[in-house]
Amino acid sequence: MENKLTVSSSPHIHTPEDIPWIMRQVIYALIPGALIGVYFFGIPAIKVILLSVFMCLGVEALTQKLIGKPITIRDGSAAVTGLLLAMNMPSGSAWWLVMLGACIAIILGKQVYGGLGNNPFNPALVARVFLLIAFPVQMTTWPQPRVFPLSLADTTTGATPLGSLKTAIFTYGKIGDSGNIALMDPFLGNIGGSLGEISALALIVGGIYLIMKKIISWHIPVVYVATVFVLTCLFWIINPGMYASPFLHITCGGLMLGAFFMATDMVTSPITNRGKIIFAAGCGIITVVIRLWGGYPEGVSFAILIMNGLVPLINRYTQPIKFGGVK
Amino acid sequence: MKKTFKGGVHLLEENFLVSSKTIVDMPLCPIYVLPVHQHVGTPCKPIVRQGDVVKKGQQIAEPAGYVSVAIHAPTSGKIKEIGPKIHPLTGRKSLSVVIESDGKDEWVDGLPLNRDPFSIGREKLVTMIQSSGIVGLGGATFPTHVKLSPSKEKKIDTLIINGVECDSHVADDHRLMVEHPEAVISGAKVIMSILGLNRSIIAIGKNKPDAIAIIREKVPPEIQLEPLEVKYPQGAERQLIKTLTGRDTPSGGLPMDIGCLVHNAGTCAAIWNAAAYGIPLIERITSVTGHGIVEPKNIRVKIGTLLKDVIEFCGGIKNPAKILFGGPMMGIAQYSLDVPVIKGTSGIVVLTQDEVSKSSYTACIACGRCVDFCPMQLNPSMLSRLGEKSMWEKALNFNLLDCIECGVCSYICPSNRPIKHFIRHLKTLEREAKSLYGK
Repeated sequence: MENKLTVSSSPHIHTPEDIPWIMRQVIYALIPGALIGVYFFGIPAIKVILLSVFMCLGVEALTQKLIGKPITIRDGSAAVTGLLLAMNMPSGSAWWLVMLGACIAIILGKQVYGGLGNNPFNPALVARVFLLIAFPVQMTTWPQPRVFPLSLADTTTGATPLGSLKTAIFTYGKIGDSGNIALMDPFLGNIGGSLGEISALALIVGGIYLIMKKIISWHIPVVYVATVFVLTCLFWIINPGMYASPFLHITCGGLMLGAFFMATDMVTSPITNRGKIIFAAGCGIITVVIRLWGGYPEGVSFAILIMNGLVPLINRYTQPIKFGGVK
Repeated sequence: MKKTFKGGVHLLEENFLVSSKTIVDMPLCPIYVLPVHQHVGTPCKPIVRQGDVVKKGQQIAEPAGYVSVAIHAPTSGKIKEIGPKIHPLTGRKSLSVVIESDGKDEWVDGLPLNRDPFSIGREKLVTMIQSSGIVGLGGATFPTHVKLSPSKEKKIDTLIINGVECDSHVADDHRLMVEHPEAVISGAKVIMSILGLNRSIIAIGKNKPDAIAIIREKVPPEIQLEPLEVKYPQGAERQLIKTLTGRDTPSGGLPMDIGCLVHNAGTCAAIWNAAAYGIPLIERITSVTGHGIVEPKNIRVKIGTLLKDVIEFCGGIKNPAKILFGGPMMGIAQYSLDVPVIKGTSGIVVLTQDEVSKSSYTACIACGRCVDFCPMQLNPSMLSRLGEKSMWEKALNFNLLDCIECGVCSYICPSNRPIKHFIRHLKTLEREAKSLYGK
C-alpha cells in the first residue's frame, strides 16, 4: 500500500485549463473569421485552411521526431499556427505557397528556438512576412469576395482598400476617391484581403470570446486599435486629401486579426498588463507609420514582429510591483 | 465595493464532503507519537524518560527558548520510547516521544480546572499560553504567545479572528465555529483583554452560511462579523489584513508593524480551553476528507495519533494516490502511514488516482496567468525559470523572499510547471548560502 502513494510538492490539484484547452479556445474564437472567409472566397479558402493546418501539424511532428524531442502536436499550438497562417494568406494561394509557409512557420518560426514557449517571434507572422517578401506577387493577388454559391466558380482578383490607397498616393500623390468605400463592407467581410482578415465583426466576436474566457486581456487589442484610430484620425483631420479616415484604417486590412489574435500571442507578448499596453501602443504606432508613409500598404505584420523583438526589454522594465513594496 | 484583495483564484470547492458532518471524538489508540518539533522555532526538550508513567495533560517536553512551546501527554500511559520517528512535515526522522496508552485516559491531578480567565492577569495569561503549548492552528504553527507579546513601540489596534478557511477541502474551523461558537468568541475576548483592545473583527468565508448565522447570533457588539468572498488565499494573513483594513503589510515586515494581529479561529478556542479550564493543547479538530477516504469525518483527535489509526477510524481508503496533511494547495504529501497527527494538522486529505496529475511540465509560454493571479504581485514565471537553473541570487531581485508559497501559480499554470516547487528550491539554496557565508 505505502509504496503506491505519490509524493510531490504542493499544490496537489491543478486547473483543467491547460495548454490544449487554451489552444482549443483560440481555435473556437477564430472560427467566425474563418467561416466568413469561406463564405466569401469559397472552396479555395477551405483548401488553404486545411492544407495549412495539416501541414503545420505534420511538419511539427516530423521536426520533433528528427531532433529526438517528444512529439507535442496534441497541445494544439501547431494547429493554431496553421489556422492563423491560412487566415493571413490570400484565399487563392497555390498549394506550394501554403506548404512553404507552414514549413517556415514551424521550423524557422518555432522549432529552431526550442519549440513552444521559446520562440521570440509569432511563427505565423514569420512565415507570412517571409512569403510576402519572397513572393510579393502571389502574396498580393487578392481574389474578390463573392456571395457563396457564386464563390464556387472562378473569381476575379482586385486590390484591397489599403492597396488602392497606396496606389493612389504613389500615382497621384493624393488618395482621391480611393478612400471612399462603404465601411459596412470591411466590417462584415465583403471585401478583398487575406482569407481571415476581411470581417472586422467576426474577428471582434472571436476576440471578445477570448477576453471573456480570460485567455487574452483587453489591453493589447484595445490599446492597439485605439492607437491606430487616434493617430490616423489626427492626420485625417490635418489633411483628408492625403490621409484616409480612421474608420477605414481600423476596419480594413489585418488590424483586427492582428490586434486580437496575432499581437496577443502569449509567448511573444509581454507578461504584465503594463508591458502589454506599451507593446500594443508600439504596434499601433509602427502600423500607422507603415500604412501612411511606408512602401507597403499594410504594416500590421511588420509592426507586431518588430514589437515581438522588444518584448524581453519591455518585460525587463515592467516588472510587477510586489505586495507591500514601494509604490 | 466588494471587499477582496488583488490576485487569487477560485478553487473547485470540495468542502461539502465534510462541511455538514458533526465533529466526532476519535477513540483511544494504543500508541501516540509526539515529535518535539511541532511549531515554528526551537524544538522543545523532553523532560520525561523511557518507562515514566504520565497522565493526560502532563507536560512531557518544555520550551527551549522564547520561540518554543511545551508539549503534553495526550492520554495517560507509559513512555515507551524517546527516539527518531518520521515527521509528517519534513519526511525525515525527528526526535519524538512515544506514549503507550494504558486505556484509562486519566487526567493529571487538578485538571480540568474551572476558573475565570479575565482575573488571571496579562503576563500570567501569556506565560500560560506558552506552557499550554498553544501555536497557530491554521497550519503555520507559529507560537501564539510570541504574537501576543508585541514590543512596546508596536501598538496593536486591530485584532482579526481568521475563520476564512480558503483551501478547497478542509472544514475544521467551519465545524468548530458551528458547534463551539462560544469557545471561539470567548478565546477572542481573552486575546482582546491581553492586548487591551476593545474591539476585533471575525472574518468568515461566504461558503459557510451556517457558521456566519451562528456567529452573528452569538457575537457581542465589540466583535465585528465580516463575511468574505470565497477566493484562495483569502485566509492568508497579509491578504486578510488588506481585505479588511486596506493596509499593506510591508515587504519583509510583520502584520504587527501595521498594528494588526491575526489569530485563527481554532487557536482562539484552544486559548479559551487553556485559560478557562487549564487544558493544554493535546487535541485538535481535523477534517479527514477527500474522495479517497471511505467515510469523510471531522474528528476531535489527540495530538500524536497515528495516521493509520485515523484512516482506520474513517473506514479506510479507496483508490488513493496521495495522502496529504493539510489542504491540497499547501498540504504535505505523506509516504508512510506511521506519521502522527501534529498540532498543525488541520486536515487529512486523501486524493484519488483520477484527481492527481502525473503529467510532466513543459516550457513556460509566458501567458502571464501566474503574474495576474499571484496574491503577492510577484513574477512567478521568471522565478520558475530561474529555479530551473538554481539562480537564487538573481531570484532575490525578483522578490523571491516575498513569496508566501500559496501555490496559486502552480495551480493555474497551463504548462503544468511546478512553480512553487522551483521557488522553494531557490529559497532553500538562499538559506543554505546564508548559513554558510553569513548575510
